[in-house]
Amino acid sequence: MSRVRLSRIAQARSGDKGEGSNVGVIARSASAYEFLKETLTPEVVEWHFERINSGGVRRYAADNVRVLNFLLEDSLGGGGSASLRTDAQGKTHGLALLRLELEVPDAVLESTPEP
Amino acid sequence: MAAVPLDRPADRRRDRVLVANGQGFWGDSILGPVRLVEEGPLDYLTLDYLAEVTMSIMQKLRARRPDMGYATDFVRLVDRILPRLVERDVKVIANAGGVNPRACKDAVLEVLERHGARGVKVAIVEGDDVLDRLDELMEAGETFANMDTGEPLAAVRDRVTSANVYLGAFPIAEALGTGAQIVITGRGTDPGLVLGPLIHEFGWTPDDWDRLAAGTVAGHIVECGAQCTGGNYTDWRRVPDMARIGYPIVEASPDGSFVVTKHEGTGGIVDESTVVHQLAYEMGDPENYVTPDVVADFTSFRLAGDGANRVRVSGVAGKAPTQTYKVSMSYHDGWKAVGQLTVCGPEALDKARLCSDIVWERLASDGFEYAPEERLTEFLGANVCHAGIRAADAADPPEVVLRLGVKGPDRERVERFGMELVPLVTSGPPGVTGFAGGRPKATEIIGFWPALVRKEQIQARVSVFESGRPVA
Repeated sequence: MSRVRLSRIAQARSGDKGEGSNVGVIARSASAYEFLKETLTPEVVEWHFERINSGGVRRYAADNVRVLNFLLEDSLGGGGSASLRTDAQGKTHGLALLRLELEVPDAVLESTPEP
Repeated sequence: MAAVPLDRPADRRRDRVLVANGQGFWGDSILGPVRLVEEGPLDYLTLDYLAEVTMSIMQKLRARRPDMGYATDFVRLVDRILPRLVERDVKVIANAGGVNPRACKDAVLEVLERHGARGVKVAIVEGDDVLDRLDELMEAGETFANMDTGEPLAAVRDRVTSANVYLGAFPIAEALGTGAQIVITGRGTDPGLVLGPLIHEFGWTPDDWDRLAAGTVAGHIVECGAQCTGGNYTDWRRVPDMARIGYPIVEASPDGSFVVTKHEGTGGIVDESTVVHQLAYEMGDPENYVTPDVVADFTSFRLAGDGANRVRVSGVAGKAPTQTYKVSMSYHDGWKAVGQLTVCGPEALDKARLCSDIVWERLASDGFEYAPEERLTEFLGANVCHAGIRAADAADPPEVVLRLGVKGPDRERVERFGMELVPLVTSGPPGVTGFAGGRPKATEIIGFWPALVRKEQIQARVSVFESGRPVA
């Protein structure tokens, strides 16, 4: 086990979705995807974004493209035109999630090329 | 629906069609579409100019001037690339019509006349704008309940400033069937700009769900321009020559499979990873991507590299479309003002905190208190975007941008806030600057109201015009 940032084994893209945002997490390898499916739960993501997102978190999976998609339901401070925030569209939420630190098994790290 | 054939005669169909997207949003670089038509082969150029907030702004413009209310950038673009379009017979599909496709068409025809381009057909798609039909539709039983909250429209009915249906791709195919070189639409789905020409070229039918879903996935991949060719990409150090980034091209086949690529010699990257980044953008439930034409399944298909800067997508599956169109309405939702100052170190963050305390306290002492949900304090440069994210706290930044904002239904209360920021330069801690923008002004907040309407209530209308002839 090694403690690494999520960015070591995944990429991400995020954007606005009504009054919330979506964060698509793209695993860098098949083994990283299987590991993240087990460990990167909606609860973990909700905890990570507790100061940004005041709503719940839903997760969807697209196995064919190794994407875990998280919907943060109230993460834009009102959304669209009503938000006062600098990041009113959640463009930076993907990078925020990539900062998450995780205990990752060595086997997963070995089979996942470094960025 | 169609008084003219939707598709090409079967004996004139192509087995490969190149559809590019040169504009991801209103404000995107003009170099994207210019270079797409100049630097390689192309059959169709699509351009997306509309966002929810755009429709509301355009309605206001049209209310002041009946010949406005469309994306004027598009007219400038046509002026610049017209000779190439005609020479290479590239067809253009743009949702630049906004809330006034007819006025946009008139402006484009003027450009054509000026260039001496005769006999060029310009088609418009209308029928999406239901602002003037809302009461009639409500009498006919449409509730327009908010899709997210379930609230009835009555809550905001008297404040609605725009209402547009997201039309599908078939009206675009119909417009191309008239022989139009330029198709101008109002509100439609973004992927429909790409699906429309594929329906026209390959003769896909409304029940051909897998192929309609394939064209929809293709449209989704390219709809944000360079976001699938290396823009906004996690591993940005990998991306070569971003200044000359190539905009995306779909090389489509009649069976629904397609290749995502870009012109040779342009910057950026197209590989499985950059394409998946865009698939993940604005994703909801990946198994059910709902459009008026089809429900596409984003978990169904395969991606495979197909040579340098080429990714093949195959096996897309789709399901029957729903019985409704989505309607997007905007409404007046109050006022807001935001202002910022730069505070330099030493102890920049502490001084910025003091500044914000001073502002809120001075306002309160004058009778202007703002509830926590009505106001915002950000210390830009000291971890705003990733607030509360562990391991990301900056202890002592060299400077901090203090950004304060308020919002609410009362314009005067919002304006009052704006007067209390600049005085800090002389009556706060030392090192406060960055006030060149002057007092923050109140701007209108526009709310959005997503709802549904039964399809039989909406009729898309295609009209065609020709340059060099009197307008009928």
